[in-house]
Amino acid sequence: MIKVKNLTKTYRTKDIETPVLRGIDLEVPEGEFLGIMGKSGAGKSTLMYQIGLLDHPTSGEIVLNGINTENLTTEERTQIRLSILGYVFQDYALIPELTASENVMIPILMQGKSGVEAREISRDMLKKVGLGHRMDNKPSQLSGGEQQRVSIARAMAHNPKILFADEPTANLDSVSGQSIIELFKDLNEKGQTIVMVTHEEEYARYCNRIVYLEDGKIVRHTTQKQ
Amino acid sequence: MKNSKFVTKKWLNILRVGYFLAIRQIKGSNKATTFLIVFIMMLTFLNLVVVSGVLIGLIEGGNKANKEQYTGDVIITTLSGEKDIGHSHEIENTLAKMPGVGNYSVRYLESGQIEANYKTRRDFSVLQDIAGTQVVGLTLEDEEKLSNISKFVVEGEFLNENESGYILIGANLLYRYSAGFGDFFASLDGVYPGDEVKVTVGDNTKTFIVKGILDTKVDQVSLRAFITKADFWRLVDRPGLNANEVAIRITPGSTITADTIKSNLVKAGFAPDGKIQTATEAIPDFLNQIRIAFGLLGNVIGMVGIVVASITIFIVIFINAVTRRKYIGIMKGIGISEKAIEISYIFQSIFYATLGGLLGVLIIYLLLVPLFNAYPLDFPFSDGILVAPVDGTAIKFGLLLFVTIIAGYIPARNIVKKNTLDSILGR
Repeated sequence: MIKVKNLTKTYRTKDIETPVLRGIDLEVPEGEFLGIMGKSGAGKSTLMYQIGLLDHPTSGEIVLNGINTENLTTEERTQIRLSILGYVFQDYALIPELTASENVMIPILMQGKSGVEAREISRDMLKKVGLGHRMDNKPSQLSGGEQQRVSIARAMAHNPKILFADEPTANLDSVSGQSIIELFKDLNEKGQTIVMVTHEEEYARYCNRIVYLEDGKIVRHTTQKQ
Repeated sequence: MKNSKFVTKKWLNILRVGYFLAIRQIKGSNKATTFLIVFIMMLTFLNLVVVSGVLIGLIEGGNKANKEQYTGDVIITTLSGEKDIGHSHEIENTLAKMPGVGNYSVRYLESGQIEANYKTRRDFSVLQDIAGTQVVGLTLEDEEKLSNISKFVVEGEFLNENESGYILIGANLLYRYSAGFGDFFASLDGVYPGDEVKVTVGDNTKTFIVKGILDTKVDQVSLRAFITKADFWRLVDRPGLNANEVAIRITPGSTITADTIKSNLVKAGFAPDGKIQTATEAIPDFLNQIRIAFGLLGNVIGMVGIVVASITIFIVIFINAVTRRKYIGIMKGIGISEKAIEISYIFQSIFYATLGGLLGVLIIYLLLVPLFNAYPLDFPFSDGILVAPVDGTAIKFGLLLFVTIIAGYIPARNIVKKNTLDSILGR
C-alpha cells in the first residue's frame, strides 16, 4: 500500500540547512495499523506529511497504492489526497463556519457526488462515529472529542485507502482519547490502513506495528501481538 | 468530445464546491462587516452612474427642453444664405398628410429690436432702452400643441388669436431675469405685462402691449419676442409668405421615427428648400462636445470610485484569506481543489458587488431618476436631470463586477497558492 525508499527532507533557510529525515525506508501493507513514534523533533510528523503528500520530500521515492508520487503535479497530488488518502489532525482542523455534517460533506462534494448524496453519506458517517445527534452543530459547539470524531468522519467519508492521523489524541482527555483510539482500531479491523503518529505508548499499543524515529532515521520496528 | 465533457463536469463541480463554501462563509461572516462592504459597493456604483449621469444630464436636460419647446422631433430651418424656407406651403400641405406627424408649428422670424421706457425718457443723452431680438410670428394653436408654450408664461397671459397689438417677451430680454448672466444680453429694464413697447423690424415700427413674459431655459424661446402671425405680417414687409422655421412633432406612440419623417421630407423633394434636421441633429456640436467631455469627466470620477471599491474588496478578501489561511491549507490537504477555494472567494466578491450594485440600481431607478425628473437641478442654462440609460447602467454594473472579481481573485490566489503544509501549520 505504501512504499517509501530513501526518503530525505531537509529544511533550508538562508544559510542554514536542517535535515529532518535522513534516508527513510518503509513499507506499509494494506490493512496495517502503523504507529510512528519518537521524541519531539525526531521527524515523525514530517515523515507523515511527506507520505501523505502534504509536503514535498527533498529526495527519495514514495509509492502510494501503486502510484509513484515523485513527478506528480500539484493538481494530481490534490486529486490523490482526495481519492485515496484521509487525514486526522491533532487540532481536528474543522472549518469553523461549517456544521459537523457540512465539514464531512466537502470532500464528498469535491468528488462529484450530489448534494443529497453527500449529505446522506456525511450523516451516515457521523452516526458511525456516534455523533448522529450533533450533525448540525458547528465545531465551536462541540467538545474536543466530538470534534475529533467529526474529523475522523470527514477523513473516512470518501473511503480512503490510507488514513493518516497526526497525534489524534494529543488534545483530548483520556476518556475521549481512548474512545478515539478504539474507533481507529475498529476501522482497522474492518480493513482500513492507518498510519498514526503518536507519542503516547498507551495508544500506540493498539497499532499492529510501530516504527521508532530518532534524529530523522528509523531506529526500531516493533510488531504488536494482538 | 469525451474530454471536453469531462472538463466541463470537472469545472461545474469546482464551481459547485466554490459556491458551497462561499455561501457558508458569507452566512458565517460578521453581519456589520458584510453590510459595510455592500454599502461601499453601493456607493461606488452610485458614484459610477450618478456623477456622470448628472453631468451628462445637465446637457441632456437642455437638449430635452430644446426638443420639447423648440425643435420638436424634426425641424426645418432656412438654409444658409437663404432668407426663408422655400415652398413653405407645400411643406405644410405635405406634413398635414404625412403618416406619423402629430402636429407641427410654422414660425415666421425677423430680426428686430424692442424699445421700452421711451415714454419716460426725458434725457436724450441717456441711451435708449433697447434690446435686439428675433420677432416670431406664430399660429398660436399650432405652437401650443407643439410646445405647450403657454405653460412657460410666468407673468401676464398668453396671446389670443382674436386680439391684435399684443406681444410676449422672452424673459432673458428683461434685465430682472437676465441679470445673472451679467452683460451677456442687452436687456430691457422694468418691463411688465401691460407696458407698451416699440417693436422695429426693418423700417417698420409698431407699438405693442406686453401681454406676458415667457421664461424657459431654451434660448430660442426666452430670447425671442412672440406675436400672432397676423400681427407679424402687419409689422413685417417682405416679399413672399414663406416661413422660417417648421417644427414637427411625431404622433405620440407612433412607431415612425424622426429619421423617417426627415427621410420622407427629403424624398418629397424639400431638401433644397430648407435645412431638415432631427432634434438630435439640431443640437449644436459644441453641446455634443460638452456632453462627451462631461461623460468622460464623470467616468474618470467613477473610475476613482471603482479603484477604491476594488482596493476595498482586495483588502477584505486578503484579510479574510490571510486569517483563514490555516483552513485553506486544511481544505487543500483534504483534497479540495485550489480552484474551488479561489472560486469561493470570487463568489464572495460577486456577492458583495452584486448586492451593492442591485441596491444602487434600485436607488437610481426607484428614487433618484424620478426625483431628478420631478425636481431637476436648477442650472442657469438647463434643468439638469439624471441620465441613466439601462444599457449604460448595465455596462457599469458589469464593470464593477469584473473589477471586483479581479480584486477578489488576486489576494485569494496569493494565499491559496502557498505551500499546503505551511498554511496548515501557520508557518
